Amino acid sequence: MSYTVAPMRKAFGAFMTVLATGCALLLALPLFSILWTVISRGMSGLSLAVFTELPPPPLMQGGGFGNAILGSLTVLAIAALISVPFGIMAAIFVSEFARGTKFANFVRFGINVLSGVPSIIMGLFAYAVVVLTTGTFSALAGGVALAILMIPIVERTAEEGLKSVPMETRQGAIGVGATNFQTISQIVLPAALPSIATGVTLSLARAAGETAPLLITALFNNFYAQGILQPIATLPVLIYNFAGAPYKNQQDLAWVASLLIVTLILIVSIVARSFARRQHFG
Amino acid sequence: MSSFTNESSSGSNGSLAIARLIDRIFFGLTCAFAVFIAVILLWITAQLFQAAYPAIAQFGLGFITTARWNPVEDIYGALPQIYGTIVSSIIALLLAVPLGVGVAVFLSEDFLPAKIRTPIAFVIELLAAVPSVVYGLWGIFVLVPFIRPFLNVIHQTLGWIPIFSTAPDIRGMVQAGIVLGIMISPIIIAISRDALVSLPPQLRQGSLALGATRWETILKVLLPAALSGIIGAVMLALGRALGETMAAAMLIGNAPRISASVFDPASTIASLIANQFAEASGLQVSSLLYAGLILMLLTLAVNVLAEVIITRFQQIE
Repeated sequence: MSYTVAPMRKAFGAFMTVLATGCALLLALPLFSILWTVISRGMSGLSLAVFTELPPPPLMQGGGFGNAILGSLTVLAIAALISVPFGIMAAIFVSEFARGTKFANFVRFGINVLSGVPSIIMGLFAYAVVVLTTGTFSALAGGVALAILMIPIVERTAEEGLKSVPMETRQGAIGVGATNFQTISQIVLPAALPSIATGVTLSLARAAGETAPLLITALFNNFYAQGILQPIATLPVLIYNFAGAPYKNQQDLAWVASLLIVTLILIVSIVARSFARRQHFG
Repeated sequence: MSSFTNESSSGSNGSLAIARLIDRIFFGLTCAFAVFIAVILLWITAQLFQAAYPAIAQFGLGFITTARWNPVEDIYGALPQIYGTIVSSIIALLLAVPLGVGVAVFLSEDFLPAKIRTPIAFVIELLAAVPSVVYGLWGIFVLVPFIRPFLNVIHQTLGWIPIFSTAPDIRGMVQAGIVLGIMISPIIIAISRDALVSLPPQLRQGSLALGATRWETILKVLLPAALSGIIGAVMLALGRALGETMAAAMLIGNAPRISASVFDPASTIASLIANQFAEASGLQVSSLLYAGLILMLLTLAVNVLAEVIITRFQQIE
């Protein structure tokens, strides 16, 4: 007993299989090209001076971007200080007090739409709120812009983490006389901490590469910033500035900075992923 | 003795009251944060509107239909940028939709063993994590030199078609469109693949049982069934392409004009803001904010539509 497919239909199937394979290969090509150029061009310029020295003026050799590394860390720290409490508190409300309600759906809708708003809009918002109020472009404004970008990611992962804590844990705590606050702060949050930490790290990794909002809030600074109410250098803006520069030394530094950021993001993504998987099986 | 019990019970009543108070404050605080996050969008819109108001009052809706961006005379109109934003996103979609849906089908079927498929899916997810400024850098130094000969051939052979009518330069609409297309394809792949994988297996079994081949099943049963999920994915990707700043700012050439040829430099709303904002002052700043407001409303409309389509799709399931 056998069944044969008409040759035309068979050929069509084979053709489509080749086409789909081709799509996958075609798309894998740019990724490998990006990784390869970032690694090869980044490694060739990597040196200790890169981490300690200041950006070189045109036509000068050497130099580094110590100020941009410190600046990126400063802006990210400000962003984390704002977005982590906001994201976690909102997640607690949605998961612990309003689970399954219309309001929870409304918050989810708002967060989904917020995460689709272009990052440059966050920059404009931070400009209107912080720069216009304080009268200066600053690290603080950059931090506020990145914080709004991070809030949706922090909230979503924190909510998932809280919801994965079994209901019996809460019932047990309430049963021995704990209040809601005690239950959440001492039982539920610690249990959900690993996935919350993963979410915060992922959101920081995403914010570390954001350029557009910093371009119009933190600007750039060729030296070390003296406070958070001053323009500050950051790695992504340095890449943007040096990518458009006609000097080879500056272009090389742009590649080294790209290597640092991409390495950071890849490590964080891979670690977060394997971590999430372990959680899942545990 | 009785006084002792009294004291103790009143003491525990006090700490109970404090615990209740803390509980209530905690509830109120988390509620406030949740409400804040839910309405932050409205705040952003209101702030942008307020800061853009001088330009809105000055130019009104004519801003959208005027093709002048002249800081010297303080006359602004964002038509070329709106045009550039939409056309570069269309180029990106033309590239990313067929490629992305193709890869989604490829990854949702069992062409490859799961041991190879999972790493491929992971690598494609990583594409989405690479910062856009690195895409821009790669575009400038790798992609542009690589595709230049191809663009020249297209111009020489098909130059009689208006969209290929000018000689390709190192920066232009098509270069920005291609990099945008590469950037948004992971979104299309991830969501379309989810839509395809979550279809009920009976659909496939029924189709195969009726004698359809694998590809007839994919094209006539599975893809139509997953269509709303795929459309949602495309809308989300479109929203991302419309607002993407760095790749556009680094590759499109930032020329404020409308040209029929995709080989000409152009500009987008986001690239305009990225280029001029730091050095702008007065009416120019509010005009840039006005342009940003238009961009935000544009992406909001696209994203809300995507959200509605995807939610409805999940409900049908």
